[in-house]
Amino acid sequence: MAAGGGIDPIHQFEIHPIVGLRPFGLDLSFTNSSLLMVLIVGVVSLVMIYGSSQRAVVPGRLQSLAEIAYEFVASTVTGVMGKDGMRFFPFVFSLFMFVLTANLLGMVPSSFTVTSHIIVTAAFAFLVIGVVLVYGIVKHGSHFFGLFVPSGVPGWLLPFMVLIEAVSFVSRPISLSLRLFGNMLAGHIALKVFGGFVVALTTGAGVLGYVIAPLPLLLAIALTALEFLVAFLQAYVFAILTCVYLNDALHPGH
Amino acid sequence: MDPVAAKYLGAGLACLGMGLAAIGVGSIFGNFLSGALRNPSAADGQFGRAFIGAALAEGLGIFCFVVALVLMFVL
Repeated sequence: MAAGGGIDPIHQFEIHPIVGLRPFGLDLSFTNSSLLMVLIVGVVSLVMIYGSSQRAVVPGRLQSLAEIAYEFVASTVTGVMGKDGMRFFPFVFSLFMFVLTANLLGMVPSSFTVTSHIIVTAAFAFLVIGVVLVYGIVKHGSHFFGLFVPSGVPGWLLPFMVLIEAVSFVSRPISLSLRLFGNMLAGHIALKVFGGFVVALTTGAGVLGYVIAPLPLLLAIALTALEFLVAFLQAYVFAILTCVYLNDALHPGH
Repeated sequence: MDPVAAKYLGAGLACLGMGLAAIGVGSIFGNFLSGALRNPSAADGQFGRAFIGAALAEGLGIFCFVVALVLMFVL
């Protein structure tokens, strides 16, 4: 699928092995995706460990970055789940920081966006729903399934409501993973397509091409700014929806 | 109809859904903003809820986008 000037917008999402590793016919190669994931964990760990090691009263740059991140996620968690939701804080904070750093490192030119692969985001989403199910059933037992039975509904409507609630619960991991994956994929494709327009106009359209080429270039710059916003916003949305779903496990029943 | 042409037509039709989801997201933020301008002190507390609603509405547009991508690159 060539967009413009023979530039393939999907090419940037290709996974290629750096260190080939195939024991017993299993493909366990260390790929560019794995490299970025290791890098993300390294960056997050470094910022948080070094940022919290100083403990100055007047925080330096790195310490205030770590403090802002902590305060932001903590206020989101307590805002949605209340005070006792803080037991899930390490989980939500790790998810938020990983997704945010993955999105931001993906914005570095010619690097790789880990979250633009559905297998990564689906793994996160199923982890979240797994935690919700296991914690909800262990903590509340059969009372957890009261989640599917809304109160104050007339009897004849109840079977339909239960069906709708069940479908909405099952579709949660799908929508949670597809939202992050779709946003990152669409943004990077759009950037590449507009970059391809510039190349196609300057190489193949004569003088008129040079006149028009700055327009897609300006749009590509504006889209890059928008992509940084989306990178942060999707990490926030992922974290807050995780909180909403965990809240169901913490306080089931309507 | 030529199957390749039908594929591209289908991808284009799926993109209509993205525009409809945009109407939904715009309606959520428009209403949030008009409410926030009437009572600015209560706006900060409802910030997260506005984003939850926008994320849910946007998710349906993303489904359309994925359908278009599947038609273009997978099928």
